[in-house]
Amino acid sequence: MTGLERLFDLALVVGLPVVALAVLTAKELRAAVALFLSLGLLMALVWARLDAPDVALVEAAVGTGLTGALLLASGLAAPAPPQLPGPLAQRLLLAIGLAGLLGAVGLGVATAGGDPGLRAAVLDNLQRSGVTHPPTAVLLNFRGYDTLLEAIVLLVAAVGVGSLRRERPVAIGPPGPLLLELVRWVVPVLGVVAGYLLWRGSDAPGGAFQAGAILAGGGVLLVLAGKLSAPRLASLRVRALLLAGPVAFLAAAALPLGQGGSLLQYPPAWAKALMLGIEVALAGSIAVVLLMFFPALAPARSGR
Amino acid sequence: MTPWLWFALSAVALFAVGLHGLFSSRQLVRQILAANISASAVLLLLVAFARRAPSGDPDPVPHALVLTGIVVSVSATGVALALARRLRVRPPGSRRR
Amino acid sequence: MSPRELIAAALLAGAAFFFFAGTCGVLRFPDVFTRLHALTKADNLGLGLVVAALALQAESIGLVLKLGLIWALVILSSAICSQLIARSALRAGVTPWSRR
Repeated sequence: MTGLERLFDLALVVGLPVVALAVLTAKELRAAVALFLSLGLLMALVWARLDAPDVALVEAAVGTGLTGALLLASGLAAPAPPQLPGPLAQRLLLAIGLAGLLGAVGLGVATAGGDPGLRAAVLDNLQRSGVTHPPTAVLLNFRGYDTLLEAIVLLVAAVGVGSLRRERPVAIGPPGPLLLELVRWVVPVLGVVAGYLLWRGSDAPGGAFQAGAILAGGGVLLVLAGKLSAPRLASLRVRALLLAGPVAFLAAAALPLGQGGSLLQYPPAWAKALMLGIEVALAGSIAVVLLMFFPALAPARSGR
Repeated sequence: MTPWLWFALSAVALFAVGLHGLFSSRQLVRQILAANISASAVLLLLVAFARRAPSGDPDPVPHALVLTGIVVSVSATGVALALARRLRVRPPGSRRR
Repeated sequence: MSPRELIAAALLAGAAFFFFAGTCGVLRFPDVFTRLHALTKADNLGLGLVVAALALQAESIGLVLKLGLIWALVILSSAICSQLIARSALRAGVTPWSRR
């Protein structure tokens, strides 16, 4: 660990709370959103420094990219009430409470030991999981239960957003020729990159979540260019895509029951195929769910 | 002090900043941002703890949990923003058009 | 350090200078259009230097090509996005700064 690396880490460690404070005290809401995006990128750097490349990919794609687009699309249209500070007593109480929290939790964290955690358990059983990349094995095999429930949570979120949607999409201007060119070049590349990340997830950082997020990004571009209409919950195709992930996962989980095993106990010979199938279906569902979070836009048709 | 400890303490500070913003903001979108910041702080703490071993690979289980966590927190943000959009479009007391 | 590492370090230092200059431009220039100009020019060139430095230290041609693809995508999207931002700023009525 060279001095320069320590300096870099120190810059990140100090920068994170400082930028967060700037986000919450920025005068204008637009400035707050822009600073929030830069906080997301700083966090992606932190994930890289902590040897978590999968998390860095998801943070950059989903946490920063898609959340940023979401905030810009929905958070800034109408004027917001001014940001006034509250009464002094309330602020003092809040400050004291938070200082106490900081002290207590910080003390607990500082006295935690250098425990390697479950690393050994995962590496010992990696052969039987069907993939060679530990986080993917944990995500889809060892802790498959968590990911299954997450797929269902995504479905619930999609239903929630779909039921809040207004009937008529927001009309925006026609897409300019440059936007159409961008879509023509970039969307196919996004499709290839998403497929590549999905495939590589079995032995390198990647997987269903990153692929789904990139596909959702491509979907947003297509909606902006008027090539794709925003997904509506009433459409049969959308419902099928939303259900594909959870249903595939449930089917794979229930498969061992017929052969005397328990839920999610993939037979080792089929593990890789099952996980790849689950990931493909899950990536599609994730892409549609993330795309549904955006307000429905209807670009005017450009006269061509 | 080892790097993972620095990041863990930074996560605690980040959480406090997010909580402060959540309680002292009047604007809905800013509260959503503050909640997001606190959630990211918790995830940072998990990943920092995953890096506790002095050498070798990090612990992959918290990485998987954090992956799930990021996607779920984006879903929560998406639903919250949809609600915020709806609240703005139909302010309380207005008549249905 | 080997000559290859020295050149890579020099390229990275140049990239840092360009990113710094671009950020100063974003913070100090008077209106949207000039800020966009500073942002895209400096950041594209800065990223190009970073990619060149990494390509020098890459282990395979495949990695070099992937890095080049990243740079090409960033240039394409940032150029088109800056045009879109400028066009919508113009439509929203922002008048370009002129020397008084």
